[in-house]
Amino acid sequence: MTAIVTVRVQREDFDTAAEIAALSNGRTDIGAVVSFSGLCRGNDHETPISALTLEHYPGMAEAEIMRHAEQAMARWPLQGLTVIHRFGRITPGENIVLVVTASSHRQAAFEAAEFLMDYLKTNAPFWKREETEDGGSWVEAKGHDDAAAARWAK
Amino acid sequence: MKVKYFAWVRERIGKAEETVEPPADVRTVSELIAWLTAQGDGYAYAFEKPKVIRTAIDQTHVQPDTAIAGAREIAFFPPMTGG
Repeated sequence: MTAIVTVRVQREDFDTAAEIAALSNGRTDIGAVVSFSGLCRGNDHETPISALTLEHYPGMAEAEIMRHAEQAMARWPLQGLTVIHRFGRITPGENIVLVVTASSHRQAAFEAAEFLMDYLKTNAPFWKREETEDGGSWVEAKGHDDAAAARWAK
Repeated sequence: MKVKYFAWVRERIGKAEETVEPPADVRTVSELIAWLTAQGDGYAYAFEKPKVIRTAIDQTHVQPDTAIAGAREIAFFPPMTGG
């Protein structure tokens, strides 16, 4: 059966269980499905956060995620993958991002999901702005995210 | 060429996109940043640390020494914080 690659950038929420089912239902060649959900936290260290607003670069966001999805498909024996990234205002507890990978065996599914998340963090054109009691500020990029992405380069 | 700005680069410049016509001796991304920096206080503030700024040409990441010839759309933005 053919591999299914789905990339969506959207304002609305997503249903993680439905996305997993869409990837795996009716197939008998998938032995492992890994899903990662990124959620909005209600705090940044000690600072309470009332919401995040995600700005994105329409067009490039989809294209950049698709480039990494294709790299993942080439690098691991995957039966399919799904990446959904939200934009707009998101409140604590809500979903931000979903990565689902499907493979015959777990190692490829785990590794590909981690690869996709590491590259999403550093290369997909999204920017988070935190709303706090003092107003708000742009989230700064973290060095450990760059290091996480760099370990996949070879 | 069309230029787009995102996140705090957009806020500091005060616009999301514009059309610019730099002189012919502006050949690379870093030369374009230097030229834009001289276009006003907002630009100078946005590009005060040019090494921090990330650039995409026609929706693909590029480096400071990349040539801008033929570009339809150039975007400048801070390091990304999605995911």
